[in-house]
Amino acid sequence: MATAGEIAEKAGREDVRRRWLLSTPALAIIFFAGIGPLFIVLVYSFLAPGSYGDVKWQFSTDAWVGVVLQRDIFDGTISIADAHLQIFLRSVTLSLATTVLTLIFGFPTAYFIATRPENRRDIWLFLITIPFWTNLLIRTFAMMEVLRNEGLVNGLLRFLHIIDQPIQFMYTDFAVLVGMVYVFLPLMVLPLFASMEKLDFRLVEAGYDLYATRFQVLRRVIIPLVKPGIIAGSILVFIPSLGAYVTPRVMGGGTNLMIGNLIELQFGQGRNWPLGAALSMTLMAIVMIALLFYVRNAGRNQGSGHG
Amino acid sequence: MPDKPDRNAIEVRGVSKIFGTGDSQVAALDDVSVSIRENEFFTLLGPSGCGKTTLLRLIAGFDFPTDGQILLHGDDIALLPPYKRPVNTVFQSYALFPHMTVGQNIAFGLEMLGKPKAEIAARVAAMLKLVKMEALRDRRTSQISGGQQQRVALARALAPQPKVLLLDEPLSALDYKLRKEMQIELKRLQHETGITFIFVTHDQEEALTMSDRIAVMSSGKILQVGSPRDIYDRPAERFVADFIGESNFLEAAVVASANGRATVRLASGTELAAALPEGFQPKDRVTVVVRPEQARLVREGGAASGVLENVVYFGTDTHFHVHLDAGGPFIVRQQNTRSGDAGYAPGDRVGVAIGEDAAQVLKD
Repeated sequence: MATAGEIAEKAGREDVRRRWLLSTPALAIIFFAGIGPLFIVLVYSFLAPGSYGDVKWQFSTDAWVGVVLQRDIFDGTISIADAHLQIFLRSVTLSLATTVLTLIFGFPTAYFIATRPENRRDIWLFLITIPFWTNLLIRTFAMMEVLRNEGLVNGLLRFLHIIDQPIQFMYTDFAVLVGMVYVFLPLMVLPLFASMEKLDFRLVEAGYDLYATRFQVLRRVIIPLVKPGIIAGSILVFIPSLGAYVTPRVMGGGTNLMIGNLIELQFGQGRNWPLGAALSMTLMAIVMIALLFYVRNAGRNQGSGHG
Repeated sequence: MPDKPDRNAIEVRGVSKIFGTGDSQVAALDDVSVSIRENEFFTLLGPSGCGKTTLLRLIAGFDFPTDGQILLHGDDIALLPPYKRPVNTVFQSYALFPHMTVGQNIAFGLEMLGKPKAEIAARVAAMLKLVKMEALRDRRTSQISGGQQQRVALARALAPQPKVLLLDEPLSALDYKLRKEMQIELKRLQHETGITFIFVTHDQEEALTMSDRIAVMSSGKILQVGSPRDIYDRPAERFVADFIGESNFLEAAVVASANGRATVRLASGTELAAALPEGFQPKDRVTVVVRPEQARLVREGGAASGVLENVVYFGTDTHFHVHLDAGGPFIVRQQNTRSGDAGYAPGDRVGVAIGEDAAQVLKD
């Protein structure tokens, strides 16, 4: 006869085993789709490039050195890889600008939707999400149609006789920025709307009642209360824009590269997979540092209240 | 503040408020006029949907009137935004800022007015003392109880020293005991600060115990304005008599009327003296109201007779439900004494004696 304690212990052990078994699918997905590929990328970044792409299985830190330094092919001198740094800098700057601009355009949009009668909000949200139904490439080409020399903007300006010669919008950082803001705007509007929908508008009235002007109500009441939405929206926009590939490729031509294009180049024409892997890891590191900084900063502000 | 108790703090002149457009138009306020005196505890009383909160929101500036004027100390403020009116509001749900501490909530209005830091700190401390919340200054508003939130909301609204304080059913979320405490507290605050309070409620008892004057509202109109005693003893309309306290309504014929008094004949044939509403000329048939506690049960005689249907014991008093011979119910409320209720039992034939000056003629 087993004692009650032994039975309970056996049941407990079985329970633990069962729980592990049930979580196997989730664990498998995390390993094979998440950690596994990442590990491969990490390993590749420490190997030597093969002659026609792929990798040679010998340990090398050349790829990591190549992220920031370059060796002259003729005399072998080592210098800072200006081109890479410039691309990193452009990526971070453009992504930050995209985040700020989507916030500036998205905030009033989300506020507008959140203040509509409840039965009409769905229609507005539906309109916001419509671009998502179309392929990213198509949307980007559509934006190109707006900005190109014979496009909508230049055509209109010429029709109004404001300019004689078309303004060169395409294949500039400006064009990349416009494209990215257009593509990522819904990612900002949706989380902003989600937190504004929960906003108690009686607090806005209380602000007005206590002598706060419109701007002061915005700054002291609305923004602090929808901060979770601002943080979520900024993260959702900043991370994918840092790794953006299609938009800079189409809108920036071949010249205004971002990190995503640089990585693609290493795996394609550059035939330097280890360097591509090292650049990917670097991109991840930038994202993680930016996130840590942002979340910690936001968390601290929340802890001590306003101003 | 100069002490002129009869000056008007707020004057509402012919204000209408219509919501919606076209066929779905709803008149929340219909040509309302009322004057609220300085340093007065004024109550807007009425059932939900009567327009009392709409009137309060118009005075606060959250909505603008469709027609009419709202004067604050003689200046028309009807179209000013809320942040330009020296009027503060205590909201029904308190609407405290959840991202600020108790102290920061109270300081908010003063900061927006651009007061110097030292003055703000002193004022916040004084306000916390006034509402007895000194110990909780650095707490988050989510960490304090409903009654404490109520006090913070009061302190926040009083801190900028408004000319008029608006209170939108501020006690409705509190439990009975706390509500009683806060009623006394509010009276004390009004007395200590000398600020005009405009209080909105649907609770007649709250209105009667706290107010200097009451305006009874129904369907977007003010039916009667007066002291609690006026409103209770001298209701001018059936709605007012019905809404506030319990009432017995008797049909009567007018025999004579002069100088605000009338002699009326009840269905039983008894003649009775009754007071007339101010400036009211009765036609030949009127309705007369008698409060249950102003009538007495008698074995014989009385102004009307009937059959006792029910006796309900309430501790402090007993309610006798009488079915009158002339038709209709009549309730008599008598205070209980230790010696009992004189042995009235359901089924007895009884008379109802109506006290001197107890009857009041209604306009409708």
